[in-house]
Amino acid sequence: MLKTFWDIIKTTVIALPIGLYTTFKHVFKKPVTKKYPKAKSEMMPRYRGLHYLERYDDGTERCVCCGLCAAACPADAIYMEPDENEKGERFAKVYEINMIRCIFCGFCEEACPEEAIFLGHEFELANDNRDGFIYSKDDMLVEHPRKDRPYKTIYRRTRRHSM
Amino acid sequence: MGDLTYIAIIIAKVTAIFIAVISGCAYATWLERKLLGRLQQRMGPTYVGPFGLLQPLADGLKLLFKEDLVISKSERVIFAISPIIAFIPGFMAFAVIPIGPPIELFGYTIPLAVSDLNIGILFILATTSLGVYGIALGGWASGSKYSLLGAIRSSAQMVSYEVSYGLALVPILMMAGTLSLHEMVSQQAGGWLGIGNWYVFKNPIAFLIFWICAIAETNRAPFDMPEAESELVSGYLTEYSSMKFSMFFVGEYANMLTAAAVMATVFFGGWNGPIASGPWWLVIKVIFFMVMYIWIRASFPRIRYDQLMDLGWKVLFPIALLNVLVTGLLMYLV
Repeated sequence: MLKTFWDIIKTTVIALPIGLYTTFKHVFKKPVTKKYPKAKSEMMPRYRGLHYLERYDDGTERCVCCGLCAAACPADAIYMEPDENEKGERFAKVYEINMIRCIFCGFCEEACPEEAIFLGHEFELANDNRDGFIYSKDDMLVEHPRKDRPYKTIYRRTRRHSM
Repeated sequence: MGDLTYIAIIIAKVTAIFIAVISGCAYATWLERKLLGRLQQRMGPTYVGPFGLLQPLADGLKLLFKEDLVISKSERVIFAISPIIAFIPGFMAFAVIPIGPPIELFGYTIPLAVSDLNIGILFILATTSLGVYGIALGGWASGSKYSLLGAIRSSAQMVSYEVSYGLALVPILMMAGTLSLHEMVSQQAGGWLGIGNWYVFKNPIAFLIFWICAIAETNRAPFDMPEAESELVSGYLTEYSSMKFSMFFVGEYANMLTAAAVMATVFFGGWNGPIASGPWWLVIKVIFFMVMYIWIRASFPRIRYDQLMDLGWKVLFPIALLNVLVTGLLMYLV
C-alpha cells in the first residue's frame, strides 16, 4: 500500500485529466449510430440476402430447372418442378425456397450454370406466418423491364443456342 | 407579515422548489442519456420530441404503467415504504439552499429559500445521510441476495464517505464562522473578477475531497458499488419495478442535484457570479456539476470495493483531518 509521492501524482494529477480528455475528444466526433428503421445503410456488394431469379434481356426466365441449386443446397431449402414451353425449352413450373431452412450460404448461386439465381441485398424477411417464409417464383423473379440495377454481374447475356 | 400570507408564501416556495427539483431530475436523466451518448459517440434519445426532449415524460409514463411486482419473500410494508424514505431526503435538503438574493414582493422581503435555517449545513448533512436508510431497508426487504449485497455495500460506502464529506466542510465552516448557507453565500460575493472570494480558491483541497465524497455519497460511477450492474444485477434496485423503482431513481437524481447545489453554494459562491448575480448563476453551476458527474461516469471504470474503502479511510479521511488542522493553524497565524 506504500506508494511513493511520484506514484500518487502520476495516478491522480496526471492520469485522471488524461482520462477525462480522452472521453471529451469523442464529444465532437460524429456519432456512429445508424438510424436503422428510418434510414437503411448500403449493403456490401457481396452481401447475401434474399434470393432473386434473373431473366434474359428479352424477358424469358434464365432458370432451366436443372436442380443443381437444390443439389448444392446444404439446408435442403429449394424445391422445384420442371416443365417445357411450346418451344421445347425447360423452365421451372414451381420454384420455391423455404427461408426458414435457408442459411444464406450462397451455394445455389455458385452452383447455378445458367446465372439464374442470385442472392440480393434484401434482408427484412420477418413474418408472423410460417407459410409466408415459402418464397415462390412470384416473390423472387425480377420484374421484366427492371427498375433498379442488378446487385451482381451477369456474364452470359443470351440464351445458349435454341433448338 | 400576516400569518396567512406567511403560510401562503411558504407553500408557494415549497411548491416552486419541488417542481423545479423534480423537473430538474427529469431533465438530468435526459442530459445524462444525451451527453453520455455523445461521449460514447452515440446519439442518445432522438425520437420523442426534438432532440428527444420529451424522453423523460415518456420514461415516466412507461414506469407509471408498468406492473408493480411484489415479491413473495419480501417484507411487504418495508418494501413499500423504503422508496419513499429514499425519495424524500434529496428534496428536503433543497429547502435550505439559497436560490437567490431576497426579493421585495407586495411589500414583504422574501428570502429566496424555503427556510433560512441558521444550521443549514448541518441540516443538509443530516438529510442526505437519511437516504441510506431507504437503500438499506429496501435491499433488505427485497428478500433477494443481490439486493441485500447491494444494500450492505451501499451502507458501508455511505457511512464511510459521510465522515470525509462532513470533515471536508469543517475548514470552510471555520473560515466562514457560520453554518447558515445564506451568510456563506453573502461572504463569497465580490472579490477579484467577482469570483475571488469563492471558498474553492481559499481551500481547494476541501473542495476536491468534498467532490469525491459527493460522488460516492450519491452512488455515482466510479463509486456506484450499490448498483454495480456487472456484479450485482442492479443492487438494491433489483426487485423493484414501476413507481417504486422510479422513486428510487428520482431520489438518486435529487441527491445528485442536491450535492451539486451544495458544492455550488458552499464552494462556488451560490448565486454570486462575475456579472449579474442572480439565481441563474446557481443553475449554471448546478448544470456544470451535473455535466461533470456524467463526464466522470463516462471516463472512469468502477473501482474495486476494497479500493473504495481504502480511498475513503486511508486517503480522504487523513487528508481531510490534516486540512482541518492546517486551516486552523493558518487562521490562527494570519
